[in-house]
Amino acid sequence: MREVVFWGFSGVALAAALLCVTRRSAVASALWLVLTLFSLAGLFVLLDAQFIAAIQVLVYAGAIMVLFLFVIMLLNLGRAGPSDMRGWLGRGVAALLGVGLAVELWVLVRIVRGGGFAAETAAYPLPPGELARVQQAEGAVGMLAEPLFRQYLVPFEITSVLLLAAIVGAVVLAKRKI
Amino acid sequence: MLLGPALGVSALLFAIGVGGVLLRRNAIVIFMCVELMLNAVNLTFVALAQQIGPQGQVIVFFVMAVAAAEAAVGLAIILAVYRHKESVNLQDVNLLRG
Amino acid sequence: MPPVIEWVWLVVALPLAGFAANGLLSLVQPSAKRAVSAIGVGTVAAAFVVTLAIVRGLAGAHASDPFVVTLWQWIPLGDLRVAVAFQVDQLSAVMLLVVTGVGLLIHVFSVGYMRADDGYARYFAYLNLFVFFMLVLVLGANFPILFVGWEGVGLCSYLLIGFWFDVKANADAGKKAFLMNRIGDAGFLIAMFFIFQATGSLAFDEVFARAPRVFAIGGPTITAIALFLFLGCTGKSAQIPLYTWLPDAMAGPTPVSALIHAATMVTAGVYLIARTNVLFAMAPIAGAVVATVGAVTALWAATIALKQWDIKKVLAYSTVSQLGYMFLGVGVGAIASGMFHLVTHAFFKALLFLGAGSVIHALHHAYHATHRHEDAQDMRNMGGLRRWMPWTASVMWLATLAIAGVPGFSGFFSKDEVLAMTFAKGHEHVLFYGLWAVGAVAALLTAFYMTRLMLYTFHGPNRTGAAEQGHVHEAPWVMTGPLVILAALSVVGGVLNLPEVLPQSGWLHHWLEPVTAAGDFFRPDTHLSHGTEWALLGLATVIAGLGIAAAWRFLTPADLKPAAEAPAETGLQKLLLRKWYVDEIYDTLIVRPLVWLSDVVLWRRVDAGAIDSVGVNGSARVARGLGVIGSWLQTGHVGTYVFFFVVGALLLLRAATRF
Repeated sequence: MREVVFWGFSGVALAAALLCVTRRSAVASALWLVLTLFSLAGLFVLLDAQFIAAIQVLVYAGAIMVLFLFVIMLLNLGRAGPSDMRGWLGRGVAALLGVGLAVELWVLVRIVRGGGFAAETAAYPLPPGELARVQQAEGAVGMLAEPLFRQYLVPFEITSVLLLAAIVGAVVLAKRKI
Repeated sequence: MLLGPALGVSALLFAIGVGGVLLRRNAIVIFMCVELMLNAVNLTFVALAQQIGPQGQVIVFFVMAVAAAEAAVGLAIILAVYRHKESVNLQDVNLLRG
Repeated sequence: MPPVIEWVWLVVALPLAGFAANGLLSLVQPSAKRAVSAIGVGTVAAAFVVTLAIVRGLAGAHASDPFVVTLWQWIPLGDLRVAVAFQVDQLSAVMLLVVTGVGLLIHVFSVGYMRADDGYARYFAYLNLFVFFMLVLVLGANFPILFVGWEGVGLCSYLLIGFWFDVKANADAGKKAFLMNRIGDAGFLIAMFFIFQATGSLAFDEVFARAPRVFAIGGPTITAIALFLFLGCTGKSAQIPLYTWLPDAMAGPTPVSALIHAATMVTAGVYLIARTNVLFAMAPIAGAVVATVGAVTALWAATIALKQWDIKKVLAYSTVSQLGYMFLGVGVGAIASGMFHLVTHAFFKALLFLGAGSVIHALHHAYHATHRHEDAQDMRNMGGLRRWMPWTASVMWLATLAIAGVPGFSGFFSKDEVLAMTFAKGHEHVLFYGLWAVGAVAALLTAFYMTRLMLYTFHGPNRTGAAEQGHVHEAPWVMTGPLVILAALSVVGGVLNLPEVLPQSGWLHHWLEPVTAAGDFFRPDTHLSHGTEWALLGLATVIAGLGIAAAWRFLTPADLKPAAEAPAETGLQKLLLRKWYVDEIYDTLIVRPLVWLSDVVLWRRVDAGAIDSVGVNGSARVARGLGVIGSWLQTGHVGTYVFFFVVGALLLLRAATRF
């Protein structure tokens, strides 16, 4: 059952990603990307990351993609204009490099699965199903809150500064007159 | 456990994102492809979190925060470029030519 | 150590303080000439008094080893330990007395001579600085400290030769002196490197103690060290081949010529050889070279002096010639004789220069009063001056008799002793008989040219000009006073070291024995029978008399014409007047090829042609070309950048996945 749902979400995510990349209209691309993000949220749930799945929907699909659509509309790029795809040579190069990258990453995955990097992975000998048990015990939020506010407190605070800087930067860049 | 398949899906998603960046000229679409790549990486972190514990998911949290910041600034830059060039086509933006 | 010797630093510090005070005055209050004179003369006088006390203490100590007063460590660097240390022994005592004593007299003379000069304070500042460095030179207890003094006096020489630097010739003369001294200094430095490498020390006491163990007598290392040291001496003491700067150095004020370029600085080379006499004693070949160069220089410079018209040039070449005698003395191993001649020469040559200064001073004022622009130093513009300057004329006659070697005067004993020691050395090698002959001929010429100088300056009719004669006056007492004292010393200076045949003989010789004994150990004993010594004394008397008589007989001051109307010289006379064309030969053989090499080859060809075009501009062109190629990659299109970025990432991944 898990496998079926997993492959279903995976298939939707991949197909939507391909469509996102190949649709001529920017709005269509954005909507296909939203679908990919939703599918990924489903995969996150399957991988014992309920909280991440939730904020994936809230922050990514909700906030960030709305921002994208807002900008597309602001610039009036909604209707399909002349294609922004590259010529046949460009498409060939893109496909070649994309496939090449996929193959290489696949090789990398096989190496990891085959026990490569054993020295590195051996440091984290979490038994199968352990994460799910932790999540059961502490709750989806509690499981993340513990390391986030202890081990990663300083990065967390720096992230808040980063967001503030991004807000100021965005305002400065987008405003016509300051 | 699904670790292997999840990593494979993540690799494919990432490759699609890269292909998209190479394929498109529209700055906003390219930006979306970058988001796609970030999400592929997120999937990798979440998948590996099953082996290394909740810390893997915490990283995803940070990636999202950075992605949000990047989207805000990046889109603001695209707006500024559009205001200047009346276009978001990267073919028209070549100020860095040597 | 007698407690008074601890105060030796005061001797050095006093002139330095004088320099500081006068240097300050020359900047803020140059017109305060009374204060400048008081400080300038006072500090040197005080240094002289302290010196007297120290020498008295030293004489009372009857020490066979030098007293070394270490002030502080200067360069403590691994095995190299150089201290600021002063060495008081019999040799430095002699030099101390000469430097502060003669220096004091010349300072006093300068008060009168430079009275009207605008740079009065600056002049005394330089002069005090010179005394300071000269004292550092003679007191230094190791080679580096001696070298500091050595370079310092060179600097002061440069500053004082070019004292009137608004005339280009003076500045050029200073530059020439400085550059020629550099050649010699390079030799000195190389010698120091060798010494440190061989003995592991630069302090005199250690070097001289270790030298007999580390050097083979007559070996190549010790010979090289001695010869390089002597190269330094030829520069500083104006010997062949580096002597040509000294006559040009007469561009400076005349008391400077007396102090620096006759009495003290130029004798530093003789002092250096006396100081390092152990090293020279162990290198007999180097000693022979020193003696040969000295003798040849003595003759060579004497021939040039025969025909010079500039009164100071005659004295300058005479100085070069007399320095040659000193080197002949120290070269044959007669350290005490060389030092003896150094001391007597300091007396009579300082006197001659100061007397000449007096004459120039008088003539300068006379021409100044009548607004004529004639050369106040040309002897053809003098003549008959004894009528107006009786004191100057008489003391200069005394000095002339001394330098010519008339029996009884100081120069007679010192010059005779140098020649006698050379003659005695003839037993070892016939070369020294030859050197003695050369020295004897030079002595004849010395008597001749000095008498010529006196005849043309003070005797015969006056050629200065009718209007000027009324303005020629004897110098004030502040100038004649030092002359009289120096004249007395020139006359009686010989008692310092009477020949063996006389009673009370060899006093300076015994005094210096603690210093020279170590070197004498390596030299064969030379001894002259009393008969030979009497014969040599007699011969010296004959030579002096012959020279003076010949000048008196053959030269006719009455036939001379003033410089402006004088006919051009011809033949040998012209050759001598133009100083054997040595300056021109140096110019042709060394200076011009060097300038040509620097200008045409090194600058235009190598620097501009090769380095600039190939190296500098070429590398710039290569960088530019590479930049052009690189800029093709910079299309400005993000797509291209992403393409290369992804290709790079793929390659890296490939490298990472290949285990």
